[in-house]
Order: sequence, then C-alpha cells, then structure tokens
Amino acid sequence: MLSSLIAWFGAPAQWSAAAGIPTRLLQHLGYTALSVLVGAVIAVPVGLYIGHTGRGRLLVVGLANGLRALPELGVLVLFVLLLGLGLTPVVLALMLLAIPPLLAGTYAGISGVDPAAVDAARGMGMTERQILFGVELPNALPLMVAGLRTATLQVVATATIAAFVSLGGLGRYIVDGQAQRDFTQMAGGAILVALLAIVLEVALQGVQRAVTPGTRARPASDPATPAVGKPDTVTAGG
Amino acid sequence: MRPTRALGASFLAALALLVAACGGGGGDPLASQPQAPAATDTIRVGSANFTENRLLAEIYATALSIRGVKVERQFGIGSRETYFPGLRDGSIDLVPEYTGNLLQYLDGQATATAPADVYQQVVAKLPPSLKVLQASPAEDKDAVVVTRAFATQNNLTSLDQIGPLCGNIVFGGPPEFQTRPYGIPGIQKSYGCTFKEFRSLDAGGPLTVAALRDGSIQAADLFTTDPSIPNNDFVILQDPKSNFAAQQVVPLINASKLGNPAVADVLNLISQKMDTATLTDLNKRLDAPDKPDPAQVARDWLSSAGIG
Amino acid sequence: MRLFGADILPLAAEHIVLALVPVLLGLVISLPLGWWAWRSRGARRILLPLTGVLYTIPSLALFVVMPIVLGTRILDPVNVVVALTVYAVALLVRSVVDGLDEVPSEVLTAGVAMGYRPLGLLVGVQLPLAVPVLIAGVRVAAVSSFSLVAVGAIIGQGALGALFTQGFERFYTAQIVFGLVSILVLALVVDALLMLLGRLLAPWAAARAPKKQGV
Repeated sequence: MLSSLIAWFGAPAQWSAAAGIPTRLLQHLGYTALSVLVGAVIAVPVGLYIGHTGRGRLLVVGLANGLRALPELGVLVLFVLLLGLGLTPVVLALMLLAIPPLLAGTYAGISGVDPAAVDAARGMGMTERQILFGVELPNALPLMVAGLRTATLQVVATATIAAFVSLGGLGRYIVDGQAQRDFTQMAGGAILVALLAIVLEVALQGVQRAVTPGTRARPASDPATPAVGKPDTVTAGG
Repeated sequence: MRPTRALGASFLAALALLVAACGGGGGDPLASQPQAPAATDTIRVGSANFTENRLLAEIYATALSIRGVKVERQFGIGSRETYFPGLRDGSIDLVPEYTGNLLQYLDGQATATAPADVYQQVVAKLPPSLKVLQASPAEDKDAVVVTRAFATQNNLTSLDQIGPLCGNIVFGGPPEFQTRPYGIPGIQKSYGCTFKEFRSLDAGGPLTVAALRDGSIQAADLFTTDPSIPNNDFVILQDPKSNFAAQQVVPLINASKLGNPAVADVLNLISQKMDTATLTDLNKRLDAPDKPDPAQVARDWLSSAGIG
Repeated sequence: MRLFGADILPLAAEHIVLALVPVLLGLVISLPLGWWAWRSRGARRILLPLTGVLYTIPSLALFVVMPIVLGTRILDPVNVVVALTVYAVALLVRSVVDGLDEVPSEVLTAGVAMGYRPLGLLVGVQLPLAVPVLIAGVRVAAVSSFSLVAVGAIIGQGALGALFTQGFERFYTAQIVFGLVSILVLALVVDALLMLLGRLLAPWAAARAPKKQGV
C-alpha cells in the first residue's frame, strides 16, 4: 500500500497533467474559498446585527443546529437537479455548511464583549455604528476567526463531494477511486485533503494569534490548539 | 456544590455509559440490522447504482418473495468494481448482471463478442462460488452517444468515423469507464481514438445526460435502453468492431443459494419473459413524470408476465 | 410504509442506529482520552491537533477504506459505525477537555479536602459539573452524525441517504426533499432530547443560563 502510494505521488504525470495534483488542489482550494467567502458575506453581517442588538439570538441557535443537521449530500444533489450542473449548486451547498460556525463565532464574539466597555463608549457619545466597528468588532475578532477556522475546516473536508456531481477538486481522486476500486488513488486523495486542511488550519491559527491580545487568551480557547466545533459548542450550549 | 445531586447525576451518566459500552462492545446492536449475516435460506439481492439495475433487482426480489424465498434488499451499491467483491465476501448473494461487461471484468483480455460466446466465457471464468443462471434475450449495452446536431454537423454515424474528431471531443461517462477494458482503453484500441479529455460523470444518469445536452461534453457513455436517448434525440454511434460485447441481462448468484430449486426456476422464468423492448419500456415507465414506485412497476410487470 | 419509492420506517430505524451508536461509542472513547488531555499538557498538545486532523478525513474515503482496515465485509454496517465513531471522537475529546476545564479549581481542592480519590473526584465531582459542556458537544456530534450517515448512500449503505442517490438517478426532486426533511426531523428530535437530558443531568446550568443572557 505504502509503496503504491509513493509511486502514485511520484508519477511525473500527477504533477504536470492538466488533471494533475496541482490543478485538483487549486480547484479544491477555489471551491473552499468561494464557499466560505459567500457564507461569510451572509453570516458576518447577521452575526454582527444579532450580537450588537441582542435581537434574534434564538435564530442563531436554531439556524446553527438546523443547518448542521442538513445532510450535505442531499442538499447538493437537490441543488444540482434544480440549478443544473456547474459551480453554483456546489458553492451554495458548501456555503450552508460554512454559515453556522461563522454566524456563531461572530455572534458569540460580539455579545461577549464586556458590557462595561460598551457602556463607556456609549457614555463617551459614540454612535452605535462607532461602537460596533470601533469597540465590539476588534474585541470580537478572535472568536470570529475561530468561527472562520471551523467553517474552513468543515468546508475543505466536505468539498470532496463536488466530485460526486462531476466537478473537480481533490474529491475526484476519492470518487473515481471508489468507482474504480483503486484504493491508492483514494488514499492519495484523502491524504491531500487532510494536508490541505492542516495547512489552512495552521495559517488561520496564525491569523487568530495575530488578532488575539495576549492577556485575553483564556485556557479554554488556547489558540495553540485547533478549535474544532468550538464556536458551535458556544451556541449549542447557549 | 450539592454532592448528592452531583452523585445522582454521575450515576445516571455512568448508567448511560454502561448501556453504551455493553451495546457497542460486541457489535450486538447491529445484529438486528438487515446486513447481519443472513440465515442460509435468505437471499440478499444487491444492485448497481443506476435505475434499470435497481428495477431488475427489485423484480428478482419480488418474484423470489412471491415464491416464498426470504429476501433482503441492498440496492445502489455502486459500480461492478464495488459490488462484485461484495458478492465474493458474502455481503450480497444475487445481482442482475450484463454478460459482456461481466466477462470483461472477469478477464480484461477477453475477446468474445457474440452472445453465446460471451455467456460461455463468463461461465468458464467465474469463481466456483458464483453462478450465472439463464441469460435473457434482453440486452442493455453501453454505447457511445452524441447529440443529433453533432452527428449531423460531422456526418457521424459510426465509431469508425470518429478518429479524426477525437482530439476535439470531451467524453463523459462514469468514473469506471476510464479504466474498464471496453471503456476509454477499448475505444482507443478499436478505433484509434484518443479523446481530448475524459469527464467523470455517472452511470447513464442525470449528470451524463445533462452534460451532453448542455454541450459540456460532446460524446457520452449511455445505455441503449435509456429513454433519455430518444427523449433528447441523441444518436447512438454504430460499433462495427464490437468494442462493446453482447450484454444480455443475467442473474449472477452465490452458488450456495441454489439449494432451493424454486430460486433458479423463478429467476430463469424472468430471464425468458424479459426482452430488450420490455426493458426499454420499463425504463420509460420509471422515467415518467409521475415517478412510479419501482416496487409497483416490478409487481405490475411480474403479474403481466404471469410470474407474480 | 412505502413513501416516495422506499420503505421508510426500516430506513429511518437504520439511520438512527447508524447515527447514534457511533456517538455513544465516541463518548466512551473520548472520556478517558479527554481526561488524559486535560491532565497532561503534553497529551493535550498531541491529542487535540490529532483529533482536528481526524475530522478532516473525507467521509467517503473513510467508509470505503474501513473493510480493509477492519477486515470486515464490504457491506458490513460496522464500517459506517466505526468511520462515524472516528468523527465523534474528533469532536468529543475536545468537549471533554473543555468541560473539565470549566470546573473551578477551588471545587477540585474542596473535593480533595472532602476525601475524594482521583477516580471518585472525576466521577463524583468533575464529570457532573462538566455535563453542560459535554452535552453541548454530544449534541453537535449527534446532529453531524445524522448528516454524515447519508454519505454512505454512495456505497449503498446510507439508510435514508438512499433517497438522495435514488432520487438523483431518477431526477426525482420530491424524493430528495423528502429525504432531507426526514433526516432533518430525526436529527432535530434527537437534538432536543439531548438538550432535555442535559437539563435533567445538570439542572443548575439551566437555572444559571438566564443570568448569562442578561449580558
């Protein structure tokens, strides 16, 4: 198994062909980035609003749980039947996966800001907008990035199903390997997905550390360890 | 801190864990699941991941249970590359097969193309634990299919004219088509055709049909009994060099399940009553907008054929 | 009961078993691992990133590789159960650590002073106090598990997920929607039951919650 894997990774065609590893990797990264981005465009403003006003907090909990319970495979095939082949159904399906952690992280970050600081800012005559962007947002960044990490991790692992509906990405190796009963190809694909996830995780950890003031780090959100499901836990417990 | 309450809670938690541990340890909670080792008199019917094969499997299963044989259904397992090992390891016992593709799976070098030759070769090449019963006159072949517009534009009716066009054709089919002997390697060998690109889609399913229709591929692997071919006015290219061998529908069964003579009897009867026109018609019924229940379609056909 | 071309009740029962057995197994495995990671900084540094990596293994790949790893038959439901247990562990080890972290050190000191030995302290004091965080983690794991089972449909093992592959093959949108709704309902019912269980096991947490909401 190991020697065939080495041979699989070592074959020059894997690295040069149009459908080789670099192409698949870039496609996979592209699906992930696009889905997380679209998810963020929706989730972050909603999270900011709910965190700041405190209105609709039940929506966050309900939505986070409801969306997490949606089976990706079903959502994807449904979107493909409704919207046709292509990138749109895949990005929409993956976006649904990215929204709960992003929303939860943003909401938890904003609502967790010390109310004394917010009151002080209000007392100083800052507008609500200034409070949100000048006081709350900077303090919420660490949890927001934690949400981004979870979202990215889930999307990057799930983006493999794009291949089930004829797109590319690293899932191609897994879906084709399954149909052809080629375990080397499957294992190669799975390893590449895991590697990509680790690289993204380490990079986002760096971002999280950069936005976290040293003194505020609590042991439970130790930035040196991955926070899989962490912001989710925050809302689910709420 | 209330120690009594804490203790009570922890007791409950421990109880829950105990239940979990007992449940999980021996794999017992799964014993009641349909996939647990079957009694010797139960036949597990499997199928590939496309509609026609599911229907044939449903017909087998329904007919067997009408004859008093216990059946379990395990449909949609995937490609032959996946379900054949399942037949060998006892995960399933019976599957509707197609002689030509089965032969090429058993022997990548096989050259037989005529129905009788193919069938004999299959019988010879099968491992002793597996048996094919009577082959049906019903045939469902893989075929290279293009749109009417593409065929007209390039004056294309047969695969032996495709050679010069191949460099511009993106070909779509199920992932396994890329590696199967009659797939991309076979087309390359028989017709000297190297496609510009291969796109992994599905086994004659919605992806392949949609991709051919919207022009993201120019040629596709579809099945000859597929109603979407006439529905979309697709053109089946002739295969003068018989790259695609005869593909008679045939029950492939675990030999140990043939102890009860009723099993082979009813499956053979189905093979005799089924033909290509019937199969095409059944596919058409399943494809109708009212999406009939395959179990009902299977029952209806069995009773019309005088079996059920 | 046949609905949308499928025997819905056995499929639903199968779905529940395939989704929940892994969560229970995952909890059993995660408790000692999480406790170890909570106690030892070294173990934490290894275990938490490791479980993070486990979570990134694509489920389809894990399902297909299982028979080779376990020596099981190709269509054995144990394959799906073990694969999903891996994901449950990946989520729950962290919950156990977080839950134990929540217990204030004064409480531990008081427990020791009352004569609790380490195991008694864990079972009698720490775990009960960790219940709210733990249940939150179990809820996430359970809900995700319901969704992940469906992926097994690609290898003929997905219980209700079969409605997706079958519906897709036949352009049968209603069948897919029905599958989505069924799985969603099952998952949310289980989620609500787990929430109630959490209230039952840790009533003080629910009583404390409104104070938090005032923030």
